[in-house]
Amino acid sequence: MQYLAPQTLDDAVKALASQPDAKVLAGGTDLLVRMRSDMIHPDVVLDIKRIDETRRITQEDGGWRIGASVSAAEMGENAALVADWPGVVEAANLIGSTQIQGRCTIVGNLCNASPAADSVPAMVAANATVRVVGPEGTRDVPVQEIPVSPGKTSLKPGEFVASVFLPPRPERSGDAYLRFIPRTEMDIAVVSAGVALQLDEGGTCTAARVSLGAVAPTVLLVPEAADTLIGTKVDEPALEALAKAASAAAKPIADKRGTVEYRVHVAGVLARRAAVIARNRAGGAS
Amino acid sequence: MSKVHVTTSINGDPTEFLCEPDSTLLDVLRDELGLTGSKEGCGTGDCGACTVTINGRVVCSCLVLGAEAEGAEIGTIEGMAEGDKLHPLQQKFIEHAALQCGICTPGILVAAKSLLEHNPDPTEEEARYWLAGNLCRCTGYDKIIRAVLATAADMREAS
Amino acid sequence: MALDSKSEYDVRTFKVVGTRVQRPDGVDKVTGKARFGADITAPGMLTGLILRSPHAHARIRSIDTSAAEALPGVHAVVTSADFTPIDDDDFTDDILANCMARDKALYDGHAVAAVAASSGHIAKAALKLIKVDYEVLPHVTDVDKAIEPGAPVLHEGRSDETVPEGASPNIISRCEFGHGDVEAGLAKADRVVERSFKTEATHQGYIEPHACLAQMSTDGTADLWCCTQGHYMVRNTCAAIFRMEQGQLRVTASEIGGGFGGKTTVFLEPVALMLARKSGRPVKMVMSRSEVLRATGPTSSSSVDVRIGMTKDGKITGAFAELRYQGGAYPGSPVEMGAMSAFAAYDLEHVKTVGWDIVCNRPKQAAYRAPGAPMAAFAVESAIDELAKGFGLDPIEVRLKNAAREGTKSSYGVTYPAIGLEATLRTARDHPHWKAPLGPNQGRGVACGFWFNFGGDTCVSLNITPDGTVTVSEGNPDIGGSRASMSMMAAEELGIPYEKVRTIVADTGSLGQNEVTDGSRVTFAVGLATIKAARAAKAEMCKRAAMTWGIDPEAVEWRDGAAHATGHNAGEHPPMTLAEIAAIASNTGGPIAGHCEANPEGAGVSFATHMVDTEVDPDTGATKILRYTVFQDAGKAVHPDYVEGQFQGGATQGIGWALNEEYIYGEDGTLQNPGFLDYRVPVASDLPMIDTVILEIPNPGHPYGVRGVGETSIVPPLAAVANAVSEAADVRMTQIPMSPPRLLSAILAK
Repeated sequence: MQYLAPQTLDDAVKALASQPDAKVLAGGTDLLVRMRSDMIHPDVVLDIKRIDETRRITQEDGGWRIGASVSAAEMGENAALVADWPGVVEAANLIGSTQIQGRCTIVGNLCNASPAADSVPAMVAANATVRVVGPEGTRDVPVQEIPVSPGKTSLKPGEFVASVFLPPRPERSGDAYLRFIPRTEMDIAVVSAGVALQLDEGGTCTAARVSLGAVAPTVLLVPEAADTLIGTKVDEPALEALAKAASAAAKPIADKRGTVEYRVHVAGVLARRAAVIARNRAGGAS
Repeated sequence: MSKVHVTTSINGDPTEFLCEPDSTLLDVLRDELGLTGSKEGCGTGDCGACTVTINGRVVCSCLVLGAEAEGAEIGTIEGMAEGDKLHPLQQKFIEHAALQCGICTPGILVAAKSLLEHNPDPTEEEARYWLAGNLCRCTGYDKIIRAVLATAADMREAS
Repeated sequence: MALDSKSEYDVRTFKVVGTRVQRPDGVDKVTGKARFGADITAPGMLTGLILRSPHAHARIRSIDTSAAEALPGVHAVVTSADFTPIDDDDFTDDILANCMARDKALYDGHAVAAVAASSGHIAKAALKLIKVDYEVLPHVTDVDKAIEPGAPVLHEGRSDETVPEGASPNIISRCEFGHGDVEAGLAKADRVVERSFKTEATHQGYIEPHACLAQMSTDGTADLWCCTQGHYMVRNTCAAIFRMEQGQLRVTASEIGGGFGGKTTVFLEPVALMLARKSGRPVKMVMSRSEVLRATGPTSSSSVDVRIGMTKDGKITGAFAELRYQGGAYPGSPVEMGAMSAFAAYDLEHVKTVGWDIVCNRPKQAAYRAPGAPMAAFAVESAIDELAKGFGLDPIEVRLKNAAREGTKSSYGVTYPAIGLEATLRTARDHPHWKAPLGPNQGRGVACGFWFNFGGDTCVSLNITPDGTVTVSEGNPDIGGSRASMSMMAAEELGIPYEKVRTIVADTGSLGQNEVTDGSRVTFAVGLATIKAARAAKAEMCKRAAMTWGIDPEAVEWRDGAAHATGHNAGEHPPMTLAEIAAIASNTGGPIAGHCEANPEGAGVSFATHMVDTEVDPDTGATKILRYTVFQDAGKAVHPDYVEGQFQGGATQGIGWALNEEYIYGEDGTLQNPGFLDYRVPVASDLPMIDTVILEIPNPGHPYGVRGVGETSIVPPLAAVANAVSEAADVRMTQIPMSPPRLLSAILAK
């Protein structure tokens, strides 16, 4: 194995293009686990942390661009980012432990393509996009289009994600992410839900995005769940309908972390609880 | 597989080493540099026994490549006391019987020190969540949390 | 069991014992200097790794190691062909077969070959070159399914004479305890509860993986360094496997990073020795976490049926339990101790327990803190709780009404001397925790627990140095502060400051036989031997003082760290301190020491009552532990901090067992969660402070009244948490762990 640490995006793209069996290293909290448990044996590990662009959190067009090497802890330390997208930042800081949060990145979380990734439902709800760089140039892609199945992404050979863009936060909007784990920390989500919504001056929901994690091969964006909120005050009947729609959309498997019945039921519970937090953050009735 | 040459700083000591490109920082510390205070309990970032700091931030050294240490400042349990003088956390852990077997203790101390640097007055809940990545199987955490909170109180008073 | 042995106990006031001194190994452990199993190295050492079966049950047709042997850097390859079975000792032979599979791999993770190479990278590559030809066989991992007709059979001909004819060959033995006429007793009850309970296997979960370093010389001598709960056991087992004289193998115990019973046997050591013998080089082996979980001892999973009858005023009229424990792939589940302990907390006229030891395709179980007892207590204490609540009775009063006390003939046969169960129950009843208000979705549970405790072979050598300090050598690895306790007892007995005593754990060349650090025996047995060694040294020092003064030794007594002339005709002599006697020892007969070799009986059984408040989220099935209090009899708490630590640690392990820890096997019989990510031991944020109340009902079998405290604390939590959760969720939980999916499913099915 070879370790490379290029200093520019161009060099990284070149290195990646010439090495079909290269893996990108940012936080390493998934990559090293997979290497050490003999699941993968890359010829090249490409450390992108020495590329300036990947290290920065910057405001852009009223939104936020977060570099691929920015750790969850660094996101949590940026007060303005936290104020705009608390759900996304909280989700990133649910990954692993304090130690893991000092290294892990939301881009890595996304490109690991686990349906249970904590930050992904939050990013999907937030309508985030990623900037993909590669031999054929740069393209912006909605977050939910990156994972295609467990462990597989839509990235083409030689491509990698350089940053995430969180759009400008609308007036009277809020986002939230909740997951269920058996312990209070250190577990992979058994089920999770992200909600981002916007209210009008009267407290009526005008737009919403609802996402679910760990209930399908990829994180789901569930428009029919969002529809239960739009036009309502996100009140009890709407929340009830949301829970039903979320449970109906959940198509999980049974595994060591949970049963099908459990995940279906709790998907609704979490969607409902996340919607209440998002509504309150948007300044709606509490 | 040719080795990588790394220049770094460990507990303030300028250090150079050669490592396999796929060796972890923990492997390097323990097997190349003889710093066996950091322990491997799981190798997957789930137990915290290998906790060290890189540029002031706590990480699991089992999930860092040795090669990534280039130019960084690494802090390990071996650098926590100043000569003969134990860090207040180290002293308080002994006084409060906050260790039984002691295998998790180095990682917990490094993580707890970082907690108090970030938050000199943590609540019990904040201390418990900060240290949730450090497994201890002996103590039930009670005396560990008490020792951390007592140290925080002492250090606030002293400053 | 000689619980009625003559009293060793003298009432006394203590100066050192009972204080909270700083442990002697503390500084090394907070600075990273302490050397644990994986921290030991030797010049020229090789790295040893093990190849493990990916199948739950498979015949090994052949193993081709030639490609691995040919790989540059590989110095030895070992398979079972290198070891000779031990025909006359099934116990040790099973340990050997568990270290290296023979004709069959019996569980996912069973060792099938090992290599030693000049680097870990090469050793890893070599493992991939070993070709094992497996014939995969049907497997069974559930204790109840393992005894159904037609279940896959692990061993033929291992059932002993206690097993009825025609029973499943996976049943190894049957045991029975009790007295009276259970059916007659149950007939007198106003209500009989009949319930079945299951518990999953849990792992001891020590944070330090197994590790050792082996060296073997061409002259037949060998050295081992390892993390173990008993290096004398390691020596004896390895000597038997290698047909060596025990004296030729020296084993040194490293610091040990947790054991909880799981390091009371060997896994790596014989393999490392064989690799060292074949390579002629020192060989170091360290397990990965996944190896620890797949191939070292979890405890048994269990299936228990109970029938308990009670009158409406809370008197138990009859009690029966049938316990089925699987001990993994080899005989030896702790079902006998489960069957003995199930009703040990109660004074019963009619009681019977039957236990079945069963094998299945799981790793060979190893002892885990009070082995066998927590599962039995879960079933019994849950049923008693259900009966008490059914009659509207206070669960503590019901337990008090039936509690075993001095003179009770226990369900396993012995008659108790002074015991502390009633004291723990009364203290619990009078504690503010018992009356504290509960909110919605909250419940409170109590349960009692019992453990036998143990003595065992013990050697202590106590030496007075020329400068008047004291060294104590003992043969039991210090698993949680025992060197401090030994130093305290030596200082107490000698009347000198604690700081003047240093206790070390001696290697197997330095002392006689020492039983493993198990059975909560160390503070009791090693403590007793330390006290007696100190007494021997005191007698010798009195003799030396008498010689100096020219008086009769009987006229000298030891008080406050000095010899005093006290006899009528002794004359006036200023007392001679220990240091003064030590300084002239060379002129009064040579160095001074005391030693004690003993197999002390009268360990003193131990009881606890636990109380816990839980809150259940009815929408997700999540359980939160809100408050926890342990009430336990310690006999005499030598170092209260470390007694509390044992209470807290045991309770926490029990909480993990009750809620989220479990071995999860897939359809293919492979372990699905061999890591700390999905094998979920409690983390700091899962828990509240664990409150403790230490009771001291002196054990007549120890000079200071000490009882073992380490194991009892894991016995009540499974039931206490289950009783609390059952109340909070308003549904009786009979299966452990009460993981969120299992609990939610019970709530939704109400």
